[in-house]
Amino acid sequence: MASREPLSRQAMADRIAMEFEDGWVVNLGVGMPTLCSNFVHPEREITYQSENGLVNYGPLAVEGEEDPNLVNAGGQYVIPIPGMAVLDHADAFALIRAGYVDVTVLGAYEVAANGDLANWRLAGRKGGGIGGAMDLAVGARNVFVMMEHTTREGAPRIVERCAQPITAPGVVKLVATTLGLFEITPDGFVLREIAPGYTPDEVQAATGAKLIVPPDMREFRTRE
Amino acid sequence: MKNKTFESFEAAVADIPDGSTIMFAGFAGPGTPRNLIAALLAQGASGLTIISNTPGRWADSDIVDLKVLVDAGRVRKAVASFTAAPHPSMSGVFAELYEAGEIEAELVPQGTLAERIRAGGAGLGAFYTPAGVGTELAEGKEVRSFDGRDYLLELPLRADYAMLRAHRADALGNLQYVHTQRNFGPIMARAARITIVELDLPIVAAGEIDPDHVHTPGIFVDRMVVVPADAIQETVRNG
Repeated sequence: MASREPLSRQAMADRIAMEFEDGWVVNLGVGMPTLCSNFVHPEREITYQSENGLVNYGPLAVEGEEDPNLVNAGGQYVIPIPGMAVLDHADAFALIRAGYVDVTVLGAYEVAANGDLANWRLAGRKGGGIGGAMDLAVGARNVFVMMEHTTREGAPRIVERCAQPITAPGVVKLVATTLGLFEITPDGFVLREIAPGYTPDEVQAATGAKLIVPPDMREFRTRE
Repeated sequence: MKNKTFESFEAAVADIPDGSTIMFAGFAGPGTPRNLIAALLAQGASGLTIISNTPGRWADSDIVDLKVLVDAGRVRKAVASFTAAPHPSMSGVFAELYEAGEIEAELVPQGTLAERIRAGGAGLGAFYTPAGVGTELAEGKEVRSFDGRDYLLELPLRADYAMLRAHRADALGNLQYVHTQRNFGPIMARAARITIVELDLPIVAAGEIDPDHVHTPGIFVDRMVVVPADAIQETVRNG
């Protein structure tokens, strides 16, 4: 068999970012999703919004040029760009809940065939970390997810029904994992694009929900 | 004119009794009132209820944030959007105490937390939000439908004290923040009975700040301390 590797985090981020449309307001969750801002589309104007009150912030600051009072939702130092605005926390979330965010990209423990998102607490643990996820999941016009295809123990994260406590019901539309790109439709998960070198049967075997494999399924892209 | 300027952090927190409910501003570093937290630790008040985005950082570190109050056993209860680290690979004293049932917590979605604080400082009785509908956080809460969408009833948060860091102030307590230092500062200042502020820059005379550029009016500010050069500054290392 030809050599093959699961998709890199940056490849997943680039693929998700290809979905951002001209003029969209984009909110990136902590961790992997922040890599989406490395994808720069030459012709589309994207406004990045952050739950801690930034609208229109720039890329990550290079070392030595950080402003200690300018961070994104993940606490990473970013740089201002012309037109940046700052809101307080209540207004930042008013903007989020009221539907001004076109897409939020979040990490997840599990995503279910009905669009349920689970990303704030592991079953069996008492504590959890919600952060802004519940507000973003119900407020953003689109919820996209980036995650490893399976847990470290090999359990699927794409499932028929979430076993982990959910963050919001029925909100996820698109999922990029280390094995491909999955669209959630009324009929369930559709395998739109597959990691190079893998077969749909192999992806299905690592997945906890029935996958629909359409005739136009293609190899995973990182460029349009 | 009431004097709101205090000469030391110690003096600004001296009267805070055991069992107080205190709001702490700050998000991932900026806006965290580190010097007031250090002074409160030294002052010794215990049995505190803290309201903040997180109950301090999760990793071991010598950086001053709410973790120092948790580590010292001063916190009875936390109201926050995290009761565990953002990633399961991280832990911390708060998470361990909470799993063991040795500290109380109320976990609140971050936007709901902010709006509950806003409502507390806006004279409201309650509000309805779509966040949390259909999740275990909805258990025991009133669900009401408006225009075909379900919402949860959420109650306001108020506090005895709020502590925050701002960039500059005039003698009346009119505040300006810089960039993401603002976060919870303006809403907490309104929701607390006594608001205590640490400041990056020296206090200027009334009139020096353009009234159209005041972020938090001084009517919401009670005590101010200018952070001396040898005290804790917000640095890149803190974040």
